[in-house]
Amino acid sequence: VILGSLSVPDQPAPDLRPPRHRVSARAVRYWAVRASAGWAVLGIAQAAWLVLASGGGSWHVIALVATVVLAAAHVTVMPRWRYAVHRWETAPGAVYTQSGWFDQERRIAPVARIQTVDTERGPLEQLFGLANVTVTTASAAGALEIKGLDREVADRLVDELTAATQADAEDAT
Amino acid sequence: VTAEGAAPAPPPETPWRRLSARMLLVHPVQEVVRAMPALVGLVVAGSGSGQGGRWALIGVALAIAAGTLRWFTTRYRVTPEQVQVRRGLLRRSLRAVSRDRVRTIDVSANPLQRVLGLVRLTVGTGLAERGPRGGGVRLDGLDARDATGLRDALLHDRPRGAAPGADQTAPEEVAAETELARLRPAWLAYAPFTLSGVLTVGAIGGFLINTADDLHLDPRHLGIVHRAGDVLGGAPLVLAIVVALLAVALLVAVCSTAGYALAFWGYRLTRHPSGTLHVTRGLLSTRATTIEERRLRGVELTQPLLLRGAGGARCDAIATGLGAGRGAERGTTLFPPGPRAVAARVAADVLRTTEPVTVPLTPHGPRARVRRFTRALSGSAVIVAAAAAGAIAGIWPDTVWEVALVTVPLAAALAADRARSLGHAVTPTALVARAGSLVRRRAMLSREGIIGITLRRSFFQRRAGLCTLTATTAAGRQAYAVLDVADDEALRVCDAAVPGLLDVFRGESG
Repeated sequence: VILGSLSVPDQPAPDLRPPRHRVSARAVRYWAVRASAGWAVLGIAQAAWLVLASGGGSWHVIALVATVVLAAAHVTVMPRWRYAVHRWETAPGAVYTQSGWFDQERRIAPVARIQTVDTERGPLEQLFGLANVTVTTASAAGALEIKGLDREVADRLVDELTAATQADAEDAT
Repeated sequence: VTAEGAAPAPPPETPWRRLSARMLLVHPVQEVVRAMPALVGLVVAGSGSGQGGRWALIGVALAIAAGTLRWFTTRYRVTPEQVQVRRGLLRRSLRAVSRDRVRTIDVSANPLQRVLGLVRLTVGTGLAERGPRGGGVRLDGLDARDATGLRDALLHDRPRGAAPGADQTAPEEVAAETELARLRPAWLAYAPFTLSGVLTVGAIGGFLINTADDLHLDPRHLGIVHRAGDVLGGAPLVLAIVVALLAVALLVAVCSTAGYALAFWGYRLTRHPSGTLHVTRGLLSTRATTIEERRLRGVELTQPLLLRGAGGARCDAIATGLGAGRGAERGTTLFPPGPRAVAARVAADVLRTTEPVTVPLTPHGPRARVRRFTRALSGSAVIVAAAAAGAIAGIWPDTVWEVALVTVPLAAALAADRARSLGHAVTPTALVARAGSLVRRRAMLSREGIIGITLRRSFFQRRAGLCTLTATTAAGRQAYAVLDVADDEALRVCDAAVPGLLDVFRGESG
């Protein structure tokens, strides 16, 4: 059976579907707030520049308007797009995540190869009741991250995966 | 009692051992050399008071004392479970590495050590590359014979069970090793194509210019430069440039060849029946790396553009505990730059199967090709546009954007070659992926070594129906990519490489 599966199958296998679960809906607002904070710094710096260097004239205004337009587009589009993409799923044998927005990524790791499962939440994320889960494997390039989960969901996920990983205690490299 | 004798039947308390006493001749010299800048500073600082010589003598004495102290304060022992090294007088440290964590052993010797029959032994663990100080243990200054014993003891008499793949019927008898490859002097001809001498020439050039500047020397007053100037002065500019370029190329070639000989002279690749590969090499400084085969996750065949043009290639091991690259701590070289056919044969021997090396690769098709061209040409378009803008604004002369136009055919050629390089295959044992033009790499990653799959699709890749499939692994570069492969083909590759992994996540969410 193993050798048979090596040859390219005659009929195409069904497509990979997206993972089943979305992240927390609160993540949309969190991402929007975080992005706005970044843009605000830039905007304030430009406004200060406009006021202080009064001789600058139209170029300063154009730059500030461009920044505001870009910021508005980013803050409205990015969080929704990201929420539509960010998904995750666990199966008995594997963990499956999908992330990104403009560039997107799907990662699949066999449970047998999982080394550690961590949760992590920053101060702003705590305010929104969110948590990130990171699943690492022995590969430095192989970590799966699920960002913007409900805190309870994250805790349950960690417990579940930790239990599943302890079941097989191989070298995992 | 050597470590050899200690390992099989360990006494309850293994005694601590010192480095070879001959190291007393090496460490002080090393310390003096290391302290040289400070010593020079002392002489200069002290010369005002007329006591520079005395201060320098005190400095040398201190350096020698430090070197001697290093021998007295360094001890090591190999217990049944661990390798332990104790260091330091005031700030003592004990580093212990669990023996079942030992993944590679590297034995090297610089010329001074070689004269005295000493070596430096580095024990690598999987974490060696990650931490700032590394997770391994280094013993600088063992007797060469002790080191061999220690290496065999650490890799072959494991506390739990033998390495798989070992021939159990003949465990520790005269271990007949098989030679897989050995350097042929003719391979030196490949050295100039490695361009490894570019850095050396650059460094020497920089040094010479600096020195001339410091000494207020005008190079035009030097005889040889003067005569060269006379000869070329009468010739047309183009000829002068060509001659100068040829001279630099010749210098690079000579330096590359010298560097190649220094690094790879005496190269030998052997297989030990207990399941290890040994790579020995080096002309003045020697280096012997031991890689456990059960840590081996594949082989990478690398061809820089020039070397590829000359029909050459080199091979690196993909092994856990060994990072990619060729730095001091990274002993991945399996085969130095040499004939591609021999490199391929060595790769097949190491993998114990020829299929990953010989299997025809599936090309990535026209959409991947178009993507290579758009990416390369948009890069050169930016350059040309910038140059043209500069010309219009009157900042730069017209020649700038005319010269910038040259990047267009270059980019196109690069794109065409990159597209030609793309290819992948799955064999019963390995995932094979090839990419790159300036450096073409063919990674042959063991299917068992794949510990995760990443499918990455950028905005433009999604529109083209392509994705980049990355197999993650605990070895080498940690991730090996199949670039710009069609979506359905990527899934077929996953299914073949890691059967069953994706099955649960297919079809309608039912």
